[in-house]
Amino acid sequence: MACIEARGLRKTFGTTVALDGVDLRVNDGRILGIVGPNGAGKTTALNAILGLTSFDGELKVLGRDPWSARDELMRDVCFIADVAVLPRWIRVSQLLDYMGGVHPRFNRSKAEAFLAKTAIKRTSKVRQLSKGMVAQLHLALIMAIDAKLLVLDEPTLGLDILYRKQFYDSLLNDYFDRTRTIVVTTHQVDEIQDVLTDLMFIDRGRIVLDCSMEEFESRYLEMMVNPEQLAAARELKPIHERSVFGRSVLLFDSIERERAAALGEVRRPSIADVFVAVMGNQAPASSGVAR
Amino acid sequence: MNNPSEAAPEFALESQANSAVRERATSPFYWSLRRELWENRSIYLAPLIVAVVQIFGFAISIIGQAERRRAVLLLDPAQQRARIEQPYDLAAAIMIFTVFIVGTFYCLDALYGERRDRTVLFWKSLPVSDLTTVLSKLTAPLLVLPAIAFAVTVCTQLIMVLMSTAVLLAHGVAPATWAQLPLPFGWLVMLYGLAAISLWHAPIYGWLLVVSASARRATFLCAVLPLFAIGAFERITFGTAYFSRFVQYRLMGFAPQAFDFAGQRHPQIHSLAQLTPGRYLSTPGLWLGLIVAGVFVGAAIRVRRYKGPI
Repeated sequence: MACIEARGLRKTFGTTVALDGVDLRVNDGRILGIVGPNGAGKTTALNAILGLTSFDGELKVLGRDPWSARDELMRDVCFIADVAVLPRWIRVSQLLDYMGGVHPRFNRSKAEAFLAKTAIKRTSKVRQLSKGMVAQLHLALIMAIDAKLLVLDEPTLGLDILYRKQFYDSLLNDYFDRTRTIVVTTHQVDEIQDVLTDLMFIDRGRIVLDCSMEEFESRYLEMMVNPEQLAAARELKPIHERSVFGRSVLLFDSIERERAAALGEVRRPSIADVFVAVMGNQAPASSGVAR
Repeated sequence: MNNPSEAAPEFALESQANSAVRERATSPFYWSLRRELWENRSIYLAPLIVAVVQIFGFAISIIGQAERRRAVLLLDPAQQRARIEQPYDLAAAIMIFTVFIVGTFYCLDALYGERRDRTVLFWKSLPVSDLTTVLSKLTAPLLVLPAIAFAVTVCTQLIMVLMSTAVLLAHGVAPATWAQLPLPFGWLVMLYGLAAISLWHAPIYGWLLVVSASARRATFLCAVLPLFAIGAFERITFGTAYFSRFVQYRLMGFAPQAFDFAGQRHPQIHSLAQLTPGRYLSTPGLWLGLIVAGVFVGAAIRVRRYKGPI
């Protein structure tokens, strides 16, 4: 079943087009990463999904129209915008009381159990917690909600690498159970490469790439080539080329693995490298990468 | 990469079965209101601080009270009552004014603060509707603040009576009688007055909420400046002052409708006959005001839906 289904999703702010006719389908149980440059329309897309902004076109989230039924939808959808949105004046205990009071699917003992593993005190105010602890707290609240869809918009912005790693580990080990759906945007794409089941590139309000991670890995291939093999490798039409320590690293889209392996060291490309290549080729005119 | 569809069905069944059980009853309005009191502690702290100042001031004023009381007791009974009641009435009036100021600034921040500090993204990520949120924020000035003003005033006046009685007895002067200081009657008048003011001021709070929901900065100026501008424009262009009189009517117009001062120079309320709820409730200004309040609150709900963080 489709958790999120959009057809011709459009949103403009004055003359700026934030979303330019996006078609999107996210099935239950997937972990979708949305990657795009700043201002590409990622947050606008998420806001539309969460019922935080109006839009043109068709959009159904868990079978509901998010704009007209935000409060109902939020029974089944959780959302972490970034680490700064928990009210700074609130106490941890008050936050737990409040969540229990307004959310029909909030399980307080689950949240308490998760908090017990952290250094967060029940009597602390959010303003007294470090940025990393606030992220832990928010994650504890979210993980205690039996939701169907979790939306994360730059959830680890400004956190150090330990907290970032812990954040995604908790999410995968304690939360994700293959029936839930997660949509995440982040600039630290390489850190979540192994977490994702699906990947989407978005640029200037349009979807540039939309594939599962299996497709991604069979389609894109990176090759380290010595100078003497470079000319032969270039014959295969790489979509991107960079050099590292005197050797060239070429990125290919849909070529035969055997032909490439004969010319150099073949490996799995990182999302970031493919992103740079695809976006770089986008700039002048839309190339064949777009679907 | 894992293929989720293999394991999904059993998980799906399990989670469906559980989710039916796990749905708990909630009370979003009650918790939204409590949330407001957690965030805006001035709702109860300001009245308490004012009460402490009042009691402190009264404590100093009763130093020479025994002498003055002997003089007061020589006056006729009506004047005795007026003089003895005066500090108690003043305490109530100051408290009513205090909660009006607190309510005004509370409303100006209610829907603006959450956008400024981006917490609106958190509040909107929960299953609480804009309607519930705005109504809970309107309840603070319309119900909670008057209730606090009443409770705090009753306590303040009781403490004042105790202090005054102790000083008078120590100086061998008889303490005030029920006829001279009918506190329960005063409380009844205050309760009635608070209800009348609350309903009369509802459109003011509605207007403040609309401004709070839509302004990008300086909510106080956005709320007040247009009123001054219209008043000044009218004065300069037509030389009249209908608009400023209209604003004045909205602020104070409840008093001559809800009470019968019978042309007193220093309005005082000494009998139940002076309370005129029938006249108050049949004032068109009350009902027009409530309709306008409804329109403003509807607008605030709608604007909150559209606006994100600033």
